[in-house]
Amino acid sequence: MDQGIDLQQTFIQSLMDLGLPAGAAKTVWMPLPMLLMIIGATVGVLVSVWLERKISAAVQQRVGPEFIGPLGVLAPVADGLKLIFKEDTVPAKADPLLFTLGPVIVVIPVFLSYLIVPFGQNLIVTNVGMGVFVWIALSSVVPIGLLMSGYASNNKYALLGGLRAAAQSISYEIPLALAVMAIVLMSNSLSTIDIVNQQSGYGILGWNIWRQPIGFVIFWIAALAECERIPFDLPEAEEELVAGYQTEYSGMKFALFYLGSYVNLVLSALMVAVLYLGGWELPIPTALIANWLGVGETNAWLEIVGASLGITMTLLKAYFLVFTAILLRWTVPRVRIDQLLDLGWKFLLPISLVNLLVTAALKIAFPGAFGG
Amino acid sequence: MNLAEGVQIVSFGLLAAMMLGAALGVVLLSNVVYSAFLLAGAFISAAGLYLLLNADFVAMAQVLVYVGAVNVLIIFAIMLVNKREDFTPIPQAWIRKTATAVVCAGLFALLSTMVLATPWAISTDATVPSGSMVVIGKHFFTDFLLPFELASVLLLMALIGAIVLARREFLPDLEEADLQQTMLTLPERPRELTPAGSNPGSHSK
Repeated sequence: MDQGIDLQQTFIQSLMDLGLPAGAAKTVWMPLPMLLMIIGATVGVLVSVWLERKISAAVQQRVGPEFIGPLGVLAPVADGLKLIFKEDTVPAKADPLLFTLGPVIVVIPVFLSYLIVPFGQNLIVTNVGMGVFVWIALSSVVPIGLLMSGYASNNKYALLGGLRAAAQSISYEIPLALAVMAIVLMSNSLSTIDIVNQQSGYGILGWNIWRQPIGFVIFWIAALAECERIPFDLPEAEEELVAGYQTEYSGMKFALFYLGSYVNLVLSALMVAVLYLGGWELPIPTALIANWLGVGETNAWLEIVGASLGITMTLLKAYFLVFTAILLRWTVPRVRIDQLLDLGWKFLLPISLVNLLVTAALKIAFPGAFGG
Repeated sequence: MNLAEGVQIVSFGLLAAMMLGAALGVVLLSNVVYSAFLLAGAFISAAGLYLLLNADFVAMAQVLVYVGAVNVLIIFAIMLVNKREDFTPIPQAWIRKTATAVVCAGLFALLSTMVLATPWAISTDATVPSGSMVVIGKHFFTDFLLPFELASVLLLMALIGAIVLARREFLPDLEEADLQQTMLTLPERPRELTPAGSNPGSHSK
């Protein structure tokens, strides 16, 4: 596998040429990708909020935001500004410390998970060996924040919403983890980079979705349930629970919940793109394109174009999935809590166990096709 | 001492302080909900310490199992039975407190002598070992096979027990007179069984 462009090495080398010691150069480099990722995640949220408004309007044959910027693209920015200037209230009988800490605990793990999202061979904040396991472990911290804010609000609807959120995310974490495990079994690694590399070489035909169709469906259902999107948005079901654990929140604290849920949606879509849709790979293998153009695979220009195409491909795949999630939200009704738990425990869990077993058997039977 | 070592020492100090503070809070605070949330803090600090020891898989498993499952379950249980009660002073509480203090001090002394007496083999290798999971997997299926299998049998037993408790079939006509014959079943009050999808009221809107 060619290494492609290594921005980190180039940056550190140029700083060392200016006379900085190696340690200091690396320290200067380290916050840059993190900051870039946080900004990227936030911009991703703005884009998906705008998409949500526009697509929901199209589904309901409305126009949607129209006058705030061209095609209403500034509508999410206006939303954010409104939330910043809103008064930040804490209910009199609430627990002020836990009330403030709750949304923070919900948001931090979601942003931390962006550590392991790759946009190219070296376009990743850190290629830790644990890879997807980091994401699964971090997403299991979120229910604590939801329970905390539900409890601290001192409101029975909020408490019920928090309890439902925790029950839901615990139930759907197991099929999610089992679906990921089948992928990990095939690529012999938890690292997201290795998972994408294992899918490369045959273009669209090599993507995991053809080898793991059941796993793909299980993963996407479980990921939507983890994001608490309709049809699984029981923790904030308006007719039953006012707004669930968000009932008492306003201003920036509410904005954190809002931000967290959209960041989580984009993150889940990115993870589906990485695990099942070949990550940054093009539908046509890069080597083939290089052959057609008659240049070597290590050509500098081809690598720059390839890297930017890789980022575009990852985002395109992710936003296609975001689009399906939005379309689902405005099409299907909400499930009942017993149907939700039945689906998770009695349907997805057995299916994902069987899927894992079949994958292991296929891996032994056809080591060439299923990653020996 | 270079930059990386400095960062390690500072983060060790922070994590140790967080761990001690959170653990003391769990024990000393009278509000049980605070204790439960601080327990999560203690678990997270332990995961951070594992990360400093290059045990990345153990750290992530700690977060997933202890914070994401055990602690959420504890908080869940507390919130479902949340009754704010003031503790009534127990007569002669000092006996209990002294006994607890003796046991804790003894345990602490035992563990500290163990820590000091064991000749620890400290690795001087500066590089981060990769693939700790592969090593753990190999150990699971060679020299630690028996504990691994025993743990899985234990989990299976817990799983079956949970299913048996959750799926108790009950007889609506069963009254107290019949309880003698069914010594090993738990008494429960009748409820209506409404399987999902068979509720006509929810579809007729």
